[in-house]
Amino acid sequence: MLTILFDGIAYGMLLFVLAVGLAVTMGLMNFINLAHGAFAMAGGYITVLLMQRADVPFLVCLPLAFIGSALLGAVCERTLYRPLYRKTHLDQVLFSIGLVFMAVAAVDYYVGSTQQIMQLPEWLKGRTEIGSLGMGHYRLFIIAVCAALTVGLQFVLARTRFGSRLRAAVDDQRVAAGMGINVNLVFLSTFAFGSGLAGLGGALGAEVLGLDPSFPLKFMIYFLIVVAVGGTSSITGPLLAALLLGVADVAGKYYIPKMGAFIVYSLMIVILLWKPNGLFVRQGGKT
Amino acid sequence: MSAQTDLLRTSRIKAWEPPVWLLAFASPLLFPSHALIINEIAIVGLFAVSLDLVLGYSGIVSLGHAAFFGLGAYASALFCKHVNPDPHLGLLVSMGAAALLGCAASFTVLRGSDLTRLMVTLGIALILLELANKLDWLTGGIDGIQGLMFAPVLGRFEFDLAGRTASYYSITVLLVLFVVARRIVHSPFGATLKAIRDNRLRAMAIGIPVHARLIAIYTVAAAMAGAAGALFTQTSGFASLDVFEFHRSADTLLMLVIGGVGWLYGGIAGAVVFKLMQDWISGITQQYWGFWLGLFLVVLVLVGRDRLLKPWTWWRKA
Repeated sequence: MLTILFDGIAYGMLLFVLAVGLAVTMGLMNFINLAHGAFAMAGGYITVLLMQRADVPFLVCLPLAFIGSALLGAVCERTLYRPLYRKTHLDQVLFSIGLVFMAVAAVDYYVGSTQQIMQLPEWLKGRTEIGSLGMGHYRLFIIAVCAALTVGLQFVLARTRFGSRLRAAVDDQRVAAGMGINVNLVFLSTFAFGSGLAGLGGALGAEVLGLDPSFPLKFMIYFLIVVAVGGTSSITGPLLAALLLGVADVAGKYYIPKMGAFIVYSLMIVILLWKPNGLFVRQGGKT
Repeated sequence: MSAQTDLLRTSRIKAWEPPVWLLAFASPLLFPSHALIINEIAIVGLFAVSLDLVLGYSGIVSLGHAAFFGLGAYASALFCKHVNPDPHLGLLVSMGAAALLGCAASFTVLRGSDLTRLMVTLGIALILLELANKLDWLTGGIDGIQGLMFAPVLGRFEFDLAGRTASYYSITVLLVLFVVARRIVHSPFGATLKAIRDNRLRAMAIGIPVHARLIAIYTVAAAMAGAAGALFTQTSGFASLDVFEFHRSADTLLMLVIGGVGWLYGGIAGAVVFKLMQDWISGITQQYWGFWLGLFLVVLVLVGRDRLLKPWTWWRKA
């Protein structure tokens, strides 16, 4: 029971790190980006390939995955995404689906379609039992990293100058630009940072979620659930939504394996019918 | 008087329309070896037309239209297996089942933003996929329902391996439902749909019952998608999980965009182009067809559909 809760929380934390970039970019630019999973996949493959082929230690791979995905995100934002901010949602959906298809086929071509196996370092492999609670060390590690990231993100958003610029740009782009904030730069850095986080999440999750070329399609719906249910107003919403989703998914798969995914999707539809804009909606902002 | 003729002119049958349909009916005779792909084009064309009613005429962005297609496919398969192998009854039953689901699902797309609708439609398709996968006593799970033997069409024409009966059957159903769809979009009812698409708030303000209209059109479109699904099962003889897959919704969306959203022939034209392209590229690289599809989508959106498909506008100033 407690073990399931623990695994669910680890899973939820991981989903949060994967999806938080999407939540910010979606709230910021009102851009429906279905290709977010592709950046996560990039991070995952950077880690796995570096570890397999160049024997780079796991802890060095994580920052590299972050930087690699962030750079990729920055390049894509500047060249591909920016012209689309003002287009219709249908165009954005088509465009990002196209990107996903391309990413899936490209990875398939260069790396192969088999599932990648990640060799964890020894010190992450064990398991600790406290009473009825069994904790895998790797999951503990995931929770620790993700919690640290969450606190860091919250600090950046709430306390720093960049955070207040970002929040201003989210609330009203035009006024923010009029106040002398370089909105384009804010967008670019946010997009890159969000992609980087997704890459980091993909790297951390390669062992838990599995990594193969269809990763962006398989988990697209999960990222979108986190964002749609959590709302895009703060990072607390997506965090709670991700934890809820993680626990519901793990518990559902454990107790009623027949109906596992069914529960998650039904829960999402019910929540969205009840609160169409997500559980936590920003008050007073421009919709 | 002239305003009235102008308005009526858009709903008239154009001079080029009857020859196009005649060509469609002649095509299985002209290209007997390609009857199977003609059949496929008719089916996805019907599916794209039904999506056009929802997306192009009512402005609901849906990523889960395959839910109705799949339900129609499974309904006709189950009906054939357990009740009656007659394809016509099966078609009606599938349409009825899909319409019921569409009516129920329509309440989920009335509220919220585009993102919410996207999620909810996608979620419904995924729920049905999950159900079809897990209820294996009914649907055969991952194997699907295979080896279905349907009775001959009209009691006379057996389904043959070359697909000639199948293609005539599908084109006929497509024509009938296309005429219905055409009648709907040119009626006053269709005009209110377009008003809702263009500005929901204003439509509400001039007294259009927005929710009732959306529920009605969503139900009709679901029934048409169900018919497409039933045709798919009846002409191929099996139903598998593939009918609910995400790529089916995405492909249809792409066909519609190639052909033109908000134009009924757009879905059919897109289906023709898409299927021929798929046939051609898969012949060269089966595995990486997805890459070219993706690239095409990205270019299409970045360049803009009008500019891409009309080369003579390339050198004109925007």
